[in-house]
Amino acid sequence: MVKEVSIDAIWELLKTVPDPEIPAVSVVDLGIVRNVGFNNDQLNITITPTYSGCPAFTFMKEEITRHLELEGITNYQINTLLAPPWTTDWMSDEVKAKLKEAGIAPPSHEVICPQCDSKKVQVVSEFGSTACKALYKCNECSEIFHHFKQI
Amino acid sequence: MIKDLLYKYVLALGDDALILGQRLSQWAYKGPFLEEDIALSNISLDMFGRANLLLEYAATLKGNGVTADNLAFKRNERQFTNHILFERPNGNFADTMVRQFFLDTFYKLFLQKLTESKDEQLSAIAQKSIKETTYHLRHSSKWIIRLGDGTAESHAKVQSAIDSLWMFTNELFEMNDVDNEMVRQKIGVNCLSIKSEWDKIIDEVLAEATLKRPEDIQIITGGREGIHTEHLGHLLSDMQYLQRAYPDAKW
Repeated sequence: MVKEVSIDAIWELLKTVPDPEIPAVSVVDLGIVRNVGFNNDQLNITITPTYSGCPAFTFMKEEITRHLELEGITNYQINTLLAPPWTTDWMSDEVKAKLKEAGIAPPSHEVICPQCDSKKVQVVSEFGSTACKALYKCNECSEIFHHFKQI
Repeated sequence: MIKDLLYKYVLALGDDALILGQRLSQWAYKGPFLEEDIALSNISLDMFGRANLLLEYAATLKGNGVTADNLAFKRNERQFTNHILFERPNGNFADTMVRQFFLDTFYKLFLQKLTESKDEQLSAIAQKSIKETTYHLRHSSKWIIRLGDGTAESHAKVQSAIDSLWMFTNELFEMNDVDNEMVRQKIGVNCLSIKSEWDKIIDEVLAEATLKRPEDIQIITGGREGIHTEHLGHLLSDMQYLQRAYPDAKW
């Protein structure tokens, strides 16, 4: 059964597992999934946490498990890797565009308002509703928005 | 032998992070304003995450079915080996920020060195943690400057916090037998080597904040030997309540 599933198909499947706190992006988009491979019949998936205390990490692991089992995949192992540490550099431009679409300024040294594209923004707080986001305010359109922190 | 020393080394680092995480969590819903409440809770979560990585590793080294949860919830006060500064009460906001600033500065320098550890797991944990400590330090040092160079009242409160916590800072740089052996094995950090850099950062921020650096008159130590101030027991009784009342309860 497992052998019939290709590595590409697993990647496609993982792309359907959303981040529980930012559903606009998937665990693959965020760069949490580091590797997918087979060892004989066993599927091995390697994931890495975004922030060490991210409460969503355990949930994401459970969601990956759930999605695999829904596809009838039972012989698998999910490993956690810490180094190299997760970085927002692993996000593609396409993913950054998805964040902007969801009203979150994508990781960048220069923060730009996702609503009106103004660069006249100010930090409200370096800490937002999740570990990965900071709170900003746009001085042009007055909108409060989140910035996905660049780390 | 080395494995046992490494266990003690990792456990002490895990205790530091766990106790600070618990302290900071006590600010949740009591922060001076919403954004700061969220900030303190975020930093607390980062510390719990760090504690979890370290205590899980310590549990692996210990073996015999020991888990990170056992280590966190089933040891007594005298078995905790965190440095005393980590357990100091939150006090007012200035007390919390001064404790955080001293510790963030220490962590930044300590973790930087720990990334070079020959122990791959410790190095990986350090590489992960230092990214978080970098913005914790940015946050706490900004507050020290804002409070110190703020009103007469904020200046007095932050200076008083510095004066009362200063005696616990020297312990951060003490080296015991475990530390020395870990340094010999190129696993641990020689804390004496980061003291001057710590002094430099502290002095720069205090100067900008118009605050005074206290004299090293009294030095309190003992945390790594399990000798704590009276505050740790209260913190543990709160943190461990559920596992003590309902052993092995699970979510």
